[in-house]
Amino acid sequence: MDQVMIKNSFYEKTARARILAVVDEHSFNEILKPAEIEVSLHLSALDIPGSFDDGVIIGTARLNGTPVHIMAQEGQFMGGAVGEIHGAKIVGLLHKAIQDQTQAVVFFVDSGGVRLHEANAGLIAISEIMRAMLQVRNAGIPIITVIGGTCGAFGGMGISACLSSTIIMTEEGRLALSGPEVIETVKGVEEFDSKDRALVWRVTGGKHRYLLNHVQALVEDDIADIRDAILTQLDAKVGPLDLEQLLKQQQQLEHQYQRWFGKNDGLQIWHEMGISQPEKIPMLSAHEVVLVKQG
Amino acid sequence: MEKLKFELQSAPLSAQQAAVICGVVGSGNLEVLVSQHDQADICQIEVTTSAVGFQHVWQSVLNEFAQRHAVAGLKFQLNDMGATPAVVNLRLSQAISMFKGV
Amino acid sequence: MNTEVLLQQLFPHQLDYQIEGYVIKGSAQTDVGQVRILGTVNAAPINQQIAMELAGEILQLVQQKQQTPVVFIVDTQGQDLSRADELLCLNRTFAHLASCVDLLRRGGHANLAIIFGQAVSGGFLSYGLMANEVYALSDSQVKVMDLNAMARVTKIPADKLKELSQSSAIFAPGAENFYKMGAINAIWPDLETDWVSQVLLNQQHVESYLVDQRRIVGQQRQGRVLCNHIIEKVIHS
Repeated sequence: MDQVMIKNSFYEKTARARILAVVDEHSFNEILKPAEIEVSLHLSALDIPGSFDDGVIIGTARLNGTPVHIMAQEGQFMGGAVGEIHGAKIVGLLHKAIQDQTQAVVFFVDSGGVRLHEANAGLIAISEIMRAMLQVRNAGIPIITVIGGTCGAFGGMGISACLSSTIIMTEEGRLALSGPEVIETVKGVEEFDSKDRALVWRVTGGKHRYLLNHVQALVEDDIADIRDAILTQLDAKVGPLDLEQLLKQQQQLEHQYQRWFGKNDGLQIWHEMGISQPEKIPMLSAHEVVLVKQG
Repeated sequence: MEKLKFELQSAPLSAQQAAVICGVVGSGNLEVLVSQHDQADICQIEVTTSAVGFQHVWQSVLNEFAQRHAVAGLKFQLNDMGATPAVVNLRLSQAISMFKGV
Repeated sequence: MNTEVLLQQLFPHQLDYQIEGYVIKGSAQTDVGQVRILGTVNAAPINQQIAMELAGEILQLVQQKQQTPVVFIVDTQGQDLSRADELLCLNRTFAHLASCVDLLRRGGHANLAIIFGQAVSGGFLSYGLMANEVYALSDSQVKVMDLNAMARVTKIPADKLKELSQSSAIFAPGAENFYKMGAINAIWPDLETDWVSQVLLNQQHVESYLVDQRRIVGQQRQGRVLCNHIIEKVIHS
């Protein structure tokens, strides 16, 4: 059997397994190993079993020999949602990255946002994550985020993800603010039919985000491809988030709004971008979509 | 939610190893943390589970596990979100394989 | 109390503002000189247009290089629930707005947020929670989600949530909970004092705000007893 052709899925792995698969062998050193801290008492107060890592794995590792600080949210535990301990681990790792003057922070985001069971702590923790990410960026340290898990990046984690210097997405990944189910519940099925999976992905999915420059890279759901994409970013130069950069971002946002606001399906925009046979985009591989965007 | 504690007789495992963890606390799933403890003749298993009223099922599954594998001297900590006995067995076996470095 | 009355009480000197849609822009005189007023009113559902407008105003102000202090007004029901806004990545626009508030801080502009009515979830995250300090008026509603909606989503009975919220600040709506957890500096009991001038006078050493102190305050007030310890443990690992 040709090993190279067999996909090694990122999506199907647990957070810890994703880290171990992507980084150099034997290089991962987990910080706050299971049972080094107590399981969340906020969850036990609600009769919910916690997890030893409260749904996020943090530590240091190497990628092609380059030392990095790395975090991976566990989408299968409480929807990857941010509670007090979970949030503190992320904030701690970001501050440690600055202290250690790391080469890069790698972040596998897989989260619906605030953990409702600890709503206030979760919201404040996400604000602290946002402050810390900006500090990391302004210390000249790149934040390379991968979104390719079961939960994608929604809510406060959707906002935080966009504070990264680079976002790498797979087709399976989703990136947005409000979940389609919430929009449907409040605004009705016409506003967003959350059961129309194809539509959900045309609005929030990796291919759409890549085509609209909301994220910088689109790759297959494959460990080797994801690792390569991260390695490429490790060498890239990242500028500061200064006035000049923010003015540029402002311009991009205003331009995007003028051009596309009012559309409600990615397909409409891809068509107007001049992509031929835009309805075929969902069928294409990540590599093919990248070629479509280039040409 | 229930917290259960079991102390089981088993054949001893002599491996000197750092703690290992496997599984995930998702619906129908569980995570298992295995570490060494200082009672070489006993296997200790602590279970935190979302399901209530299945102590006898846990007892039976864990007894059988401790008979099948040499696990005295080890402590197992389980966080369970409603896994079936089959899945529990799978994770326990995975955990012990990882611990032995197999 | 209506917005107009509140503004006049908070800014008794040379208040000048306009409200267009859900956005308020203006200025006033305080004991530290002129300040810019910027934010949302009328329980704004924050969408692409509002977020871009707020960000644009901040960037224009920074370009003037006068380090003008900013008072953010917060009255939002959270993000707008709109497919069209999500299509253009609303979370990214929120991140941009948050970065602009952070730029103010790094540029040496004293700043604070005042919660007038509601401060909810993503809308609150996008700018209010990014300010150097956050203050709330006494009848403001600060939350992630209503308890009943939370009960539906988590499938935990509303009664159980209400019971638990008596002894824990961790999830229930309330400015007092956010105060306890370190995210709100104070809840202003009345508007007779010139609070705004006081706060801005205390922000003379703007650089000290470059460090996010909320986890320490949360621990001191015993609203968040776990996170500070964990963060320190990670940093020193």
